[in-house]
Amino acid sequence: MASIGTGYDLSTTTFSPIGRLFQIEYAHKAIDSSGTAIGLRCSDGVVLACEKIITSKLLEPGTGRRVQGIAPHVGMVTSGWVPDSLAIATKARNEAQTYKEFYDDAIPLKTLNDRVSNVVQMHTIYGHIRPFGVATILGGIDRSGPQLYMVEPSGLSWGYFGCAAGKAAAAARTQIEKLDLKNLKCKDAVVEAAKIIYAVHDEIKDKMFELEMCWVCPESGNKYQLVPKDILSAAEKVAKEAEEEDSDSDVSM
Amino acid sequence: WSSMEGRFRPHKFRHYQHNTMDHNDWMTSEHDMGTTIIAVEFNGGVVMGADSRTSTGNYVANRVSDKITAIHDKIFVCRSGSAADTQAISDFVTYYLDMHSIELGEPPLVNTAANLVQQMIYQNKDNLMASMICAGWDKTLGGQVYCIPLGGVRVRQPFSIGGSGSTYIYGYCDAHFKEGMTKEEALAFVRNSLALAMARDGSSGGVIRTVVISEGGIEREMVPGDHLPRFLPEL
Repeated sequence: MASIGTGYDLSTTTFSPIGRLFQIEYAHKAIDSSGTAIGLRCSDGVVLACEKIITSKLLEPGTGRRVQGIAPHVGMVTSGWVPDSLAIATKARNEAQTYKEFYDDAIPLKTLNDRVSNVVQMHTIYGHIRPFGVATILGGIDRSGPQLYMVEPSGLSWGYFGCAAGKAAAAARTQIEKLDLKNLKCKDAVVEAAKIIYAVHDEIKDKMFELEMCWVCPESGNKYQLVPKDILSAAEKVAKEAEEEDSDSDVSM
Repeated sequence: WSSMEGRFRPHKFRHYQHNTMDHNDWMTSEHDMGTTIIAVEFNGGVVMGADSRTSTGNYVANRVSDKITAIHDKIFVCRSGSAADTQAISDFVTYYLDMHSIELGEPPLVNTAANLVQQMIYQNKDNLMASMICAGWDKTLGGQVYCIPLGGVRVRQPFSIGGSGSTYIYGYCDAHFKEGMTKEEALAFVRNSLALAMARDGSSGGVIRTVVISEGGIEREMVPGDHLPRFLPEL
């Protein structure tokens, strides 16, 4: 548990005596209590997935989508405060479109990542705006190949082969590390991603959830696309069976 | 009787100086590059060429101008129209392209450079008189020529001609251009076309300047006015 910063945590513009910005650390907490999101950079594309926790049986299936398209070649998934994530999606879309208009070129992932990171960072230096409580995972394919980036509330970002954010991020990362991502193809990664989400999902605390997945890969013409229903269902079936096997083996012990 | 009575004051609008009773139009006219400009894709890059006359009314302000301007290491523009406007556009685009290539971490695409030129001309079309040809080499598509005339349309062409002198050589160019020429063939095509235009267009003349852009780099050459290709004994 991180320490609370009594007195130095009231404003983003106040450092603590040992140089911490507590408001940004608290923004991370918003992510730590939200559904898990993961990104996988494969040999031929990227797969983004999230565990969308459903709070009521009355909700229409598929509503409140967390996976977002940003540009024809870029997708985004987030973990954290959902309204903030939609604001980031709008900014990212504007950046990508303005870039296209100005340079007649698809925005490189690295450039888009830098622009989004800059916007997120700019919300950490003024007293009158609060930081974004979101971890933003951006994935797509540009001239340099498939790429994956994750931006944190501080504005820090890195390029990843595999990344995770949200309540089960640590467990998800352990699972992702077991994968041979450099040699994994997207059509197989979809199954792996489903298995990871089902494995890290906490059935006791969060009863219902929806698995959302998108990809940018040869099967989608190297364009952002929600993973087609039949492929998604097939992957979920494998994931559910894998979960039952695991819980069976627990019981037999 | 005022001394102003009966004097016709010329409307100070570009080029509409025909009715002026002022004999010193070179005091009031804008610097104009009547010009002939040309750019050609060949097997391995592009050849760009231009004449060297900048006129202020009937006075040749600069008979050795350089109308082929670098906007990046391997991307150049041929300028025609208002000298001031095209210089300003080139300066802006050089700046934007520089920032862009630093952010990109690699040399910019010719297509991107041409798009920037187009944005400048199109968005400011009411205030500019600039017709430009953007050409160069990048590793994605090799040699490319993009023509951006007055209104701000942008179109890639195997070769492109522009400026007042170009009207006299459309037939010659259409008849003599071939796809996939060698560098030497393309240079000869450019020089012959320019020489013919310079012989007939009063606003074009001086020397022929050429720039060859390819993967290996840039080659600049100049053909002096007394060594231009000749087609008829008296020209």
